[in-house]
Amino acid sequence: MSKPIDRRDFLKLAGLGGVVFASGLPGVTLGAGQDDFYFVQLSDAHWGFEGPPNPDAKGTLKKAVAAVNSLERQPDFIMFTGDLTHTTDNPVERRKRLSEFKEIVKDLKVKTVRYMPGEHDASLDNGKAFQEFFGATHYTFDHKGVHFIVLDNVSDPRASIGDEQLGWLAADLKQQKNDAPIVVFTHRPLFDLYPQWDWATKDGAKAVDMLMPYKNVTVFYGHIHQEHHHMTGHIAHHAAKGLMFPLPEAGKAPTRAPLPWDPAQPYKGLGFREVDADTKAADNKITEFPVVKA
Amino acid sequence: MIFGKKTLRIVAAATVVTIGSLGAYVAAQSAEPKEKVIKITAKKFNYIPGEVKLKKGVPVILEFRSQDVLMGFNLPDFNVRADIVPGKATRLRLTPDKTGTFVFLCDIFCGTGHEEMNGKLTVVD
Ligand SMILES: [Cu+2]
Ligand SMILES: [Fe+2]
Repeated sequence: MSKPIDRRDFLKLAGLGGVVFASGLPGVTLGAGQDDFYFVQLSDAHWGFEGPPNPDAKGTLKKAVAAVNSLERQPDFIMFTGDLTHTTDNPVERRKRLSEFKEIVKDLKVKTVRYMPGEHDASLDNGKAFQEFFGATHYTFDHKGVHFIVLDNVSDPRASIGDEQLGWLAADLKQQKNDAPIVVFTHRPLFDLYPQWDWATKDGAKAVDMLMPYKNVTVFYGHIHQEHHHMTGHIAHHAAKGLMFPLPEAGKAPTRAPLPWDPAQPYKGLGFREVDADTKAADNKITEFPVVKA
Repeated sequence: MIFGKKTLRIVAAATVVTIGSLGAYVAAQSAEPKEKVIKITAKKFNYIPGEVKLKKGVPVILEFRSQDVLMGFNLPDFNVRADIVPGKATRLRLTPDKTGTFVFLCDIFCGTGHEEMNGKLTVVD
């Protein structure tokens, strides 16, 4: 049996994009002697971005890697939910950014790292460059009894999943029992969070409808660079913070431009915050969300 | 955020925005319009003009042309969208049924400035 999470690690975890314990997922029941496990969701690294919203644009991703590496008990795997790179119109530069990103995250101690694209990586070439570096843009995998589905709603520049992929999703779901624990990763939200800012997926409702008959589904996504929690029926949707710049809350600013950097609170709103485990105050920073609705 | 079954449980106030159109009538490419035609040019990465003023209840034709690549026009509050294909005019008929200021945006990812490609529609009584 691996070591349980100690308090120090737990506090560090509070600073990461998204930390998901299997025991917190609906439908997961751990048998006697069976370990809980956790994975980390990292999102929106926007490698290649430069500008005042992040004066440490070249250092932030590396700090996130170091923050994960400093955990005594390592996660089972890490999932990057898209926008690994910041968009560029130049296909050569796009590949350069993807390759630099890949090089940096190679330093993660966790060897199982999975990727999916965001619209910044994939929308200008239908995911071609992304696939050269990271393979498929939609796929499934199973881990310790949980079924994971990675959905691509960014390779189509119109922010759609598309009928072909929806057909693939239907076929995959058919193989699952209706009480199987299922986790879905997407980049954009599958529900209409705020279409005025492109915080939606055109045919996302079709995917949600397909997932509805399954009792234990949880969706994790990125794109909006902030935490957000929403229910569609019994399905919870959770957004993770980004690693480059935070965005305003939906509709709370005239545009979806990045929030300004605050020199008094550097890295505020980013999902890799290092939490000092020795201070009492750090306890207050832990926010937990029940994945299962009581 | 941490997802688990441990102690502190805080439920965030989710911002839920429902969009819906209450009878905004849209017909793409209508033939011989009698309505006022408002020409809007789309180019990387803005709409010209970026602000459109309309009167509630008065139908208009929005006529779009792209100067470079394929663009989209999306006005979520009225459930209206169209592709703007370079080399041809795209027409949308719109009768605004509510007043206020509404965002429209390009909804086909078009390049580095895509996220800034949006505009404002103001509807007055
Ligand atoms: Cu994104
Ligand atoms: Fe992003």
